[in-house]
Amino acid sequence: MIPSAAVSEPPVDSPEPLALGEDAPEPTPPAGKGGLFLPPPVQKDQPTWFQERQWKAWEKFESLPLPHRKDSAWRYTTLGKLDISRYTPAAAVDSSAAEALAARSLGGPEVAGRLVTVNDRVVQRTPLSDELRAKGVVFAPMGDDLSAQRETLLRHFMANESVLGSQKFFALHQAHVRGGTFIYVPKGVHVELPLESFHWIAGEGAAIFPHTLVVAEEGSQVTLIDYLDSADRRQNGFVCGVSDLYVGAGAKVTYLAAQNWGEEVVALKMNTAHVAAGGHLTSLHVNLGARYDRLESHNLLAGAGARSDMLSATVATASQEFDQRTLQDHLAPDTGSDLLYKNSLSDKSKTIFSGLIKVAPGAHRTDAYQKVRNLLLSDDAEADSMPGLEILADDVRCTHGATSGFVDDAELFYLQSRGIPRLLAQQLITQGFLTEVLTRLDDPRATARLADLLAAKFERMKPR
Amino acid sequence: MSLKIDNLHVSIGEKPIVRGLTLEIQPGEVHAIMGVNGSGKSTLAKAIAGHPDYTITSGTVTMDGEDILGWESDERSRKGLFLAFQYPNEIPGVSNANFIRAAVQARLGEGEELDAVEYYERLYSKMDELGIPREFTARSVNEGFSGGEKKRNEILQMMMVTPKYGVMDETDSGLDIDALKVVAAGVNAQRGPNLGLLLITHYQRLLNYIEPDFVHVMVDGHIVQSGGKELALQLEDKGYDQFREPSPALVS
Repeated sequence: MIPSAAVSEPPVDSPEPLALGEDAPEPTPPAGKGGLFLPPPVQKDQPTWFQERQWKAWEKFESLPLPHRKDSAWRYTTLGKLDISRYTPAAAVDSSAAEALAARSLGGPEVAGRLVTVNDRVVQRTPLSDELRAKGVVFAPMGDDLSAQRETLLRHFMANESVLGSQKFFALHQAHVRGGTFIYVPKGVHVELPLESFHWIAGEGAAIFPHTLVVAEEGSQVTLIDYLDSADRRQNGFVCGVSDLYVGAGAKVTYLAAQNWGEEVVALKMNTAHVAAGGHLTSLHVNLGARYDRLESHNLLAGAGARSDMLSATVATASQEFDQRTLQDHLAPDTGSDLLYKNSLSDKSKTIFSGLIKVAPGAHRTDAYQKVRNLLLSDDAEADSMPGLEILADDVRCTHGATSGFVDDAELFYLQSRGIPRLLAQQLITQGFLTEVLTRLDDPRATARLADLLAAKFERMKPR
Repeated sequence: MSLKIDNLHVSIGEKPIVRGLTLEIQPGEVHAIMGVNGSGKSTLAKAIAGHPDYTITSGTVTMDGEDILGWESDERSRKGLFLAFQYPNEIPGVSNANFIRAAVQARLGEGEELDAVEYYERLYSKMDELGIPREFTARSVNEGFSGGEKKRNEILQMMMVTPKYGVMDETDSGLDIDALKVVAAGVNAQRGPNLGLLLITHYQRLLNYIEPDFVHVMVDGHIVQSGGKELALQLEDKGYDQFREPSPALVS
């Protein structure tokens, strides 16, 4: 359970604090709209401040407009894919379904801890070792009693506003969120093995709201791998996730997200990272599934010498649409960011990249890179790229560029001259093109695991 | 049984490069084509291998009696033709082991899976033979390889796919003498009654290490003289000019 706040909450003697009491006006969904336009269920098991925040978030959700065609943050997006009236908050699954999904949650052989979540409810966990717990490391679903972490949660939970266009969905997330993964690493503690968190969506028309909060204090180190998957790839669904990463001074955080939702899922993910002085964040998103997948990444380089490596590899096939919006936000001097996003596009798929490097006044000697590469495997695919710079400091090094191209004929001939059939050769070259992003991790085991997921998607599309 | 090139004409775009070349290579034989830059040697090699940028305007190429010009390059390879590239391509992100594995796998019948353990045993033994360190299996194909490493990698691929006919395009270029000896030893190890080889080279040097049965001199897109290995020495001595027809530019 999310802990009670000490100061800001009203007396807690009523078992049904705020929420839909008599004082609260009954919200009315837009005419003719149901699904997620209907008010969220009241989470009576949560403390009052949390319920209050949820209610406020719901009011905000209702007050904000839906994305509009003229909104630059949604330029090129096929807005018709975002009809949230089709989904309802996911219900818990029965225990046999939960067990089956836990059994399908295959991660690495060695982990520091693992959580398996189905429809936002934890179904299986591999707890931290006694040693790590004794050092004060926390790895828990937010549904646990986290009262000892009250201050941390109040400071960091949903602390960063969404600035990349999804304010309405950010509010929707907060109105519905019922837990998530919480990681706390105290000052100077290194968690050597990765932590893994599996998020499953199950049920036709289900909506889930996965949440990730990582707080790595000064000089600490931790790696989190999120696996996002569908119980049944044919099922419709909606995912509205938020992840917040806080990288303390000199801390080192690696965040990997393997997105493999079923091909009928519509998914939005709002990522914010705050990197303090001398901290280093490496994030990598592997994007394979979903009908429409939007990824927003706002990286704040908040302290001197902070650094963020932002990586992404996307395999777009059929009529999939991947919509990526990023902001490299340099607020302090001597900060660095390096973005490399690679997309392969087959069939009638579409990718959108809109990225801004912003250097604040005073963020001198910023070193910022942004590179987007699209590999087109079909004449019908569409790659839209909108890189941007906004520099208000002196003595900065910033480069950005977006390129799109087809498979190199000379490379293709080389592979074919070895007997490898043309389509397979093209697939190998494409896999190589994307695998290059993974090798930037400097973690051969993680690279290999993510490369396997990429290979599995290529295997699915293989011409028979 | 032979690789037979008969009156072959090849153009790049509108420009004729190979102009009426005829040559037959029997299994077990090693032929060398020698010529200066621009004589059409590399065009010949790529055209035989099926490079899409080269147009065959007339003539035939047959392998053991089958016309190969209608086949895609991958089919030519699977049927037993191998081209060792002058400038092997780099394939970023594709490991050398996976690349060679795909080439070996492509030769198996439908539904047949390569035995991974046997494959690696064989790969490692060939790598040892060529002095290629083990870490090259995990590295991206040819990426960051030195000139000698790239050429050794070509020979490794050739050993792994065991072709019937090999065409080696300037395999000696860019190699120092030590690398040349290793590469030549790799080629010599494959010589035998089941392999026909065509060496394409500018210099006689390579032929000190891989001894040819026949030497052909190529000038302006066709063979002007053929002979035994002594022809190479004669070339080394007197140069190519003796075979060149005086061109209008030289006369004027």
